[in-house]
Parts: sequence; C-alpha cells; structure tokens
Amino acid sequence: MAPLEHYIILSCILFGLGIIGFLTRRNALILFISIELMLNAVNLMLVAFSTFKANINGQVMVLFIFAVAAAEVAVGLAILICLFRQIKTVDICRINLLKG
Amino acid sequence: MEKYIFLIPLFPLIGFIINGLFGRWLGKGVVSFLGCMTIGFSFIVSFFTWIELKSLPVENRVLEQVLWNWLTVGDLKMQLALMIDPLSMLMILVVTGVGFLIHIYSTGYMAHDESYWRYFSYLNMFVFFMSMLVLGANYMVMFVGWEGVGLASYLLIGFWYKGNENADAGKKAFIVNRIGDFGFVLGLFLIYITFGSLSYMDVFPKALEMFHGGELAFNSGVLVAICLLLFVGATGKSAQIPLYTWLPDAMAGPTPVSALIHAATMVTAGVYMVARSNILYSLAPDALLVVGIIAALTAFFAATMGVLQYDIKKILAYSTVSQLGYMFIGVGVTAYWSGIFHLMTHAFFKACLFLCAGSVIHAMSDEQDIRKMGGLAGKMPITYLTMLIATIAIAGIPPFAGFFSKDEILWRAFTFPYYPVIGKIIWVTGTIGAGITAFYMFRLIFLTFHGEFRGTEEQKKHLHESPFSMTLPLMILALLSFAGGWLGVPHVIGERLGHFPNILEQWLHPVFAASEEIVEKMAVVPNYPVAVEWGLMAFSVAVATAGICIAWYIYMRRGADLPQQLAQEYAPLYQLIHNKYYLDEVYDYMVVKPVYYLSIVLWKVVDAFMIDGIGVNGPGWLVKRFSAGVSLLHNGYLQTGGAFVVLGLVAITCFFIYW
Repeated sequence: MAPLEHYIILSCILFGLGIIGFLTRRNALILFISIELMLNAVNLMLVAFSTFKANINGQVMVLFIFAVAAAEVAVGLAILICLFRQIKTVDICRINLLKG
Repeated sequence: MEKYIFLIPLFPLIGFIINGLFGRWLGKGVVSFLGCMTIGFSFIVSFFTWIELKSLPVENRVLEQVLWNWLTVGDLKMQLALMIDPLSMLMILVVTGVGFLIHIYSTGYMAHDESYWRYFSYLNMFVFFMSMLVLGANYMVMFVGWEGVGLASYLLIGFWYKGNENADAGKKAFIVNRIGDFGFVLGLFLIYITFGSLSYMDVFPKALEMFHGGELAFNSGVLVAICLLLFVGATGKSAQIPLYTWLPDAMAGPTPVSALIHAATMVTAGVYMVARSNILYSLAPDALLVVGIIAALTAFFAATMGVLQYDIKKILAYSTVSQLGYMFIGVGVTAYWSGIFHLMTHAFFKACLFLCAGSVIHAMSDEQDIRKMGGLAGKMPITYLTMLIATIAIAGIPPFAGFFSKDEILWRAFTFPYYPVIGKIIWVTGTIGAGITAFYMFRLIFLTFHGEFRGTEEQKKHLHESPFSMTLPLMILALLSFAGGWLGVPHVIGERLGHFPNILEQWLHPVFAASEEIVEKMAVVPNYPVAVEWGLMAFSVAVATAGICIAWYIYMRRGADLPQQLAQEYAPLYQLIHNKYYLDEVYDYMVVKPVYYLSIVLWKVVDAFMIDGIGVNGPGWLVKRFSAGVSLLHNGYLQTGGAFVVLGLVAITCFFIYW
C-alpha cells in the first residue's frame, strides 16, 4: 500500500485545482464542479487518515459530507436554474448586484 | 346614600360616551333627550344626597366614597375618591341644577346646528368633569376635573371651528389656562411635600395639628407659597388679573356655553378651590392679602372695561370677570361663605343674563352689536322681563339676589380682620365697581330693549320671542335671581324680620368653622356697631341707584348725542378704556411676540440645523465618508469574495504553522 504522504499530496493537488478552478472560471457550473473537487479532496484526506490511524471517525465524517454535498448541489443547481431563467446567463461576471 | 355619589358624575359620562360615539346616527330627539336627562338624573341624585346630608348631625356632615386605588408609588397613595360635604353639596346642586336648565335651553338654541350631537356630548363631558372637580376628595381628583373642564371649554369655544377667530379664541383660553395650571401643579407638589398627602381629610387636619403643635408657623413661607401657587391656578381658571384676557375672547363659543362654562360654573372653580383650602389660606394672611388686592383690582378694572363695549356678550364677559373679582374679595377677606354665596347667586343671574342675551341674539339673526338693537322690549316680553330681573339682581338692588351676596362681601371686606386698612381700600374699590356695574348693565338694558329699533328691516321682520324650551329656563333662573339671595340674609336684616336665619351661612359653617377659629385667635375681629352696617348697606344701594340713574340719563333721557359728545371730550380716556387698557397688545408684545420669535430661532437653529443637520444627518454623512475607500472592495463579484476567503484561509494556516 502506498504511504500516507502520497494520499496527502494527491489530496492537496486536487484541492489546489479546485481553488484555481473556482477563482478563474466564469461559468457557474464549472464553479460547482470545482467546489465538489475541493470537497472530495478533503474526503480523500479524511479516508486516508482514517485508514492509517485505524480510527473509524474519519469515514463516518465522509458519509456526512457526501450527504451535505448532495443537498448543497441540489439546492445550488435549483438556484442556478432560477437565475438562468431570470437573466438568461450563468456567467458570474454578469451577476454582481451585491456591490457596496 | 354615600354609595350612590358616584352616580352624579357617571350619568353625564354615559351621556357623553353615547352621544359622542353614536350621536351622529341617533337623531336630534334622542340626543337631546339623553343630553338633558343624564344631567337631570344627576340633579335628582344630588337632591336626594342633600336630603340625606341634611338629616345628619351638623358635625358629621361628610359623605365619602372611595371608588378605587388610583395609583400607588412608594409612599404616594392616590385614591379615586368622592366626597360630599356642605360646600361640595352646594356646588354640585348649582352645577347640575343650572347645568340642567342650560341643557334644556340648548335644545332650542342649537336646534338648527348641524353638529347638534357633538355639542351635547361636549356639554355632558363638561358636566362630568365639573362634578369630578367639585366632588373629588383629594386635590388630584380635583386636578383631573380642573384639566377636564379646561378641555371642554377649549372644545366648546372653538365649537364653530370653521371660523379662524373661534379656533384662535379656543387656543388662547387653553394656553392661558396652562400658565395658571402650572402654578396649580406646583402648589400641589408643595402640599404633598409639606403634608405628605393630597387628600382633604389628611391635609387640613394635619395643617391644623402642625399649626397648633408649633411645627408650622403662622404665615410661614411655605404656606404662603402653597396658597399663592394655588391662587395662580385660580387666576387662570377664574379669569383674574393678569390672566383674565382669555374670558372675553371665549365668547366666540355658543351662548349657552358662555352661560354654563364661562359664567355659572367652570370659571368659579377657582373660588371653590380657595374656599376648599380655606384652612391653608387662613393660616397665610399674606396670601389672602394678594388674593384680596388682585380681586379688588379685577372687580374694578373689568367693570370699567365693560362700560364701553358694544358686543352684548363681551359686556357680560367683562361683567363676569368683575363679579368673579367680588367672589375672590369674599374668599380673600376670610369670608369664605360669602364668596360661595356670591358664586351661587352669580350662577343664577349671570346664567340668566347670558341666556337672555342668547335669546336676543337668536331673535336678531346672530347680531351681537347693541348699537344695532333697541326697542326689543315689546317684541320679546319674557326675555325683557327676565333680563331686567337678572340685571337688577347684578346691580345690587334689594331684595334681589345680588344685593345680599355682594353686600355681605363688601361688608366683610370693610371688617377684614387681618389687614383692616387694606380691607377699607378693597371696600372702596368694590363699592365704586358696584356702581359701575349698575351703570353698564342698565346701559345694556336701555340700548337693547328701549328706544328705537336700529337694525335692518330684514332683522325687524324676523324678530320673535324664543320658543318655550328657551324661555322656561329663563323664567326659572329669573325666579332664582330674585329669590336666591334670601338664603343668606344678613343678621341685621334677619333680626328685623323676626329672627330670619342666615340659612346658607349655617349650612356652610362646618366647612369654615376651623378657619374662623384661626382668624379669631390670630387677629382682632373688629366689632362695629349695627348702625355702621346699615349705613354701608344704604350707601352701596345708593351708589347702585346712582349708576342706574346716570345710565338712564345718558342713554334714555338725552338720546344718542350725549355718549358721543362725552367720548370726544374725554378722547384719551375713552380710547384707553375702549381698547381695554391695551392689555392684549401689551401681552402680545411682552409674551406672545417674544415666544413667537424664540420659536422661530429654535426651529431654524436648534431643530433644523442642530438636530436635523448635525445630530441626524451628521453620523450618516460620517459613515459614508469613512467607508468610501473600503466599499470599493465590495464589488459584487463572486470570485473576489472567493479570493478573500482563500487568502483568509492561507493566513490562518500560516498563523497556525509559523506562530
């Protein structure tokens, strides 16, 4: 079995990709995918630690995160569809009403 | 019977609520029935209470009813309590009795008014508050009534609120009264601090106890202050110098209102209050001195102002101010019962005079200028006769009512025990004032009812005697103006008539007994021979007769040219008196204008600039300025926000790793 460091490095790479995607892309759907990527990077980390430390808590946590993520995606996509119906775009550079 | 005292104010309250809320839809018949009958029921209850009170032994003649605890704050306990003793009994009989007659009169006088129901609900409200004022068992309940009648007065003066000057007159009355009420409230505070209570049952015995125990010196500063502050309230409510100016303007209201509120009942509240506080006043002769002097000045100057007025109601208004001055002379020279006696007779004859004036105005199609009247005697005989009786009564001709009460007051002023010399001066002023009163009242009669008719043809065609609902109260009041004085026949006359008792003095004696003891203890009551009293009586009758004769000579014998001739000959004096000594103008410059300009300064500088500009808009402006730079970061882009989250994450991570 590969050592723990490999899992950590992979998880960090995934998380970094997620952040970069989130900060640079303009399509709201891509942003969603990036957020999922970050969540799953964390999941991977939790599962890895759980296995190497022989502690089941990490895996329980991961199940919860799956559930929350599913709910979040459902709500988020619903909002996105509403938004699209209103302004006919999912380009977040056009959606900047909340400015001070 | 003391269980039923609360019914006396309750009936008018019910009338007020029903007429006020539903009167609009009830129709005139129901409204006037409710308005009159509630007062009638109050009068009946008062009457039976009187029978009950009369059957009690003299020293126990006090009925008290505690309705509920009004408020309890620390040591301060206030009860809503009603009390009937001989003094408030007399007052409530006058208030409900005369009030009932004037309500009946109003059904005729106001018959064509569009806000008939509003009028009756206000009038019932007035009677409710007036009975609270009179029946209250402590100064707080009195104060509630005191303010309430002021409100009713304001509403009724401005009853025809579409005329601007009517509304202004209402405001003037309310604001001038506010000045007086300020003094009154301060007086109440001082009473509470000094005696620890506001209930009559506690304050007066406590005052006597402290006086006899030596804790409270005779004529001490605190007593004089209490009495003077209360008297400030009385000058406002009872239209004495310097706060009398509202009363002549108050004639803007309907005439029955002038009769009920501004002649018979409300304006006498100050006299009642001083008589109620007689023990405090008797212990503070310096305050009595002020009361006496101000009252004498008011009686005299108001009488002179009445001489040159042409508005029938204004003449009666100045006459009321002057007569109120006589009442205050009475209470100011420790002759409390005679002040109350004059209050009662004045209620009869002045209500009668005002109602007659209303009848005349009604017949003359709302004309109030006596120069345009004349010769009405033949057209309206009942009004003429009743008004003549009331005028003779106010002029002080025996055996009419005004003679007995006014003469008793003047005699007691002559024998003022505390300040004999000042008493004589008050007597002189009062006697001259009585002569002037006789003059201007008969001037009114002669100009209105005698001579040629001076109005338009249109008015002449409409001349008519008033309906029965208006003449009936006139006749009853005229009867009372004739005979009301026999309740207080002075002892010298009473003895000649075969021990005819002074009923009213005996009736009121329990209330004023303690005061009389104080006066006898602290001063020498002068003992003049009977001949002096007879002489003074004859003298004042002679002065009154002289006044009548002069009026007859100027306005009847010589015709219209003499008054104008006199006016030209003494032009400065004529102008001075005709313009009421320019007091309204003086007040305008000294009080109204400064307050007005001060308000403009307060509005523009304090309110608009300081509070609105600096206080309210200032912080908003500051926040906006300070946040102008930072708010650029908040540009609404999702990813800017996201970048900050990531930066924050990095910062926190660095913090945990490298710290």
